[in-house]
Amino acid sequence: MLGVSIDQYGFLVQGAFWTIVLSLMGFVGGTIVGLPVALARISRGWFLCRVSSAYVQFVQGIPLPVIMFVVYFGVSIYGFDVNALVAAAIAMTLYSSAYLGEIWKGCIQAVPKTQWEAGECLALTSVQRFIYVILPQALRIAVPPTVGFLVQIVKNTSYSVVIGFFDLTYSAKILNNATFKPFVIFTAAALIYFAICFPLSRYARRFELRLHRRNA
Amino acid sequence: MTVISMNSVHTPVAPQDGAQPMVSFRDVHKSFGALEVLKGIDLDVMPGQVAALIGRSGSGKSTALRCINGLEKINGGELTVCGRNLRARDFELRELRKEVGIVFQSYNLFPHLTVEQNVTLAPRKVNGLDAAESRALAAEVLEQVGLSDKALSYPEQLSGGQQQRVAIARSLAMRPKLMLFDEVTSALDPELTGEVLRVIGKLAAGGMTMVLVTHEMAFARQVADLVVYMHQGRVWEAGKGTMLDDPQTVELRQFVGSGL
Ligand SMILES: Nc1ncnc2c1ncn2[C@@H]1O[C@H](COP(=O)(O)OP(=O)(O)OP(=O)(O)O)[C@@H](O)[C@H]1O
Ligand SMILES: [Mg+2]
Repeated sequence: MLGVSIDQYGFLVQGAFWTIVLSLMGFVGGTIVGLPVALARISRGWFLCRVSSAYVQFVQGIPLPVIMFVVYFGVSIYGFDVNALVAAAIAMTLYSSAYLGEIWKGCIQAVPKTQWEAGECLALTSVQRFIYVILPQALRIAVPPTVGFLVQIVKNTSYSVVIGFFDLTYSAKILNNATFKPFVIFTAAALIYFAICFPLSRYARRFELRLHRRNA
Repeated sequence: MTVISMNSVHTPVAPQDGAQPMVSFRDVHKSFGALEVLKGIDLDVMPGQVAALIGRSGSGKSTALRCINGLEKINGGELTVCGRNLRARDFELRELRKEVGIVFQSYNLFPHLTVEQNVTLAPRKVNGLDAAESRALAAEVLEQVGLSDKALSYPEQLSGGQQQRVAIARSLAMRPKLMLFDEVTSALDPELTGEVLRVIGKLAAGGMTMVLVTHEMAFARQVADLVVYMHQGRVWEAGKGTMLDDPQTVELRQFVGSGL
């Protein structure tokens, strides 16, 4: 097809598989680290607040490819031989935790203060108030921006090409070297990225509209 | 002004000798930064009494009410509620909150929970009721506010008056010794205030101790054992409802005359 064999397209699909794997690892890691970051950002403790804020600003101030390099080469200096997948997953975790932390902090703060107060007046403890009153409401608010950020994660996994991780972008690059059909191959890669991301942004948009209608 | 007919007539409770007040303000001061909002409040509310706080906007009614359940911390004087001194070293705010219910102008129901879940959340989590107990409790308090058929609805499916009655039921489910109401009908359309005031009137008739901030003068006169006119952060005049017919101060006379 267009001078590229079915097997060669299959090679791209293989790359796409690893793009999805890395995206999921980045998202899960980003959730595990990002949720505590969000909580620390809204905490009243001076220390937690400062540390988490510094973390977010630090990570957001560094381009993702540089984070990839630092993790990949930085870690091997200490004698650990990290493979590209582990390094890329760690880098994606750092990156997405900083952004998800900020997104979720905003969602928690978007729940009206009067909801905290209502819980307080019913003698709920602060942990109970958070779990039963604030969190369920914040989660609903959080779905659209979180799914939207998932799209960013998918696209940004392509930076892992700098440390030689085999993903969709990398497989397209190899294929191009073998076939010299850059337009066909990178267009195919682009379409696959789009096919992964489009349903996500569609879903985020639909959910957002539904929320707005509920609140109207 | 809404005129309400009540099924039950409230018999005023006279303070009994030797009984401890449920709420006792002694020279209470409260400031927000440089702005002194309460300038030495003295007030006693006895068990079973209904006290109505009235006065112009900004006179400190809400602040006084919020001090009672510790939402605002006082800066001076003594405040005792349900036998607890709010400035004592060993004062436990959560213990006080278990005994004092409060209802706000803006309902503040939990939008993600059904009416029944709204009502039973605190009894389950704070008082450890199990599913069967909390269901029975919800049925009981929702019956009290006339919303037995709405247990499975969500707040957004209810009218303002119904939401406010759920908020009252949610407080009652904690079996409070004292109920506080801050202008609970002010956000409602006139035709919906009656149903909420009737519920409060019924509570008063049942002997609940209450402090309420209200703009409903007819209602205050009808249910309150003690009407407290606040002016510029002070208790300007206090007495029975009949005090409104014969104001002693110029300020109260003007306030009553203004039809508020
Ligand atoms: N959290 C706060 N911070 C600063 N100032 C406040 C705060 N709460 C109330 N005030 C001020 O305290 C004064 C008294 O307010 P309060 O809400 O007690 O009045 P109110 O008698 O309830 O009036 P209204 O009838 O309008 O509800 C007002 O001048 C108000 O601006
Ligand atoms: Mg007020």
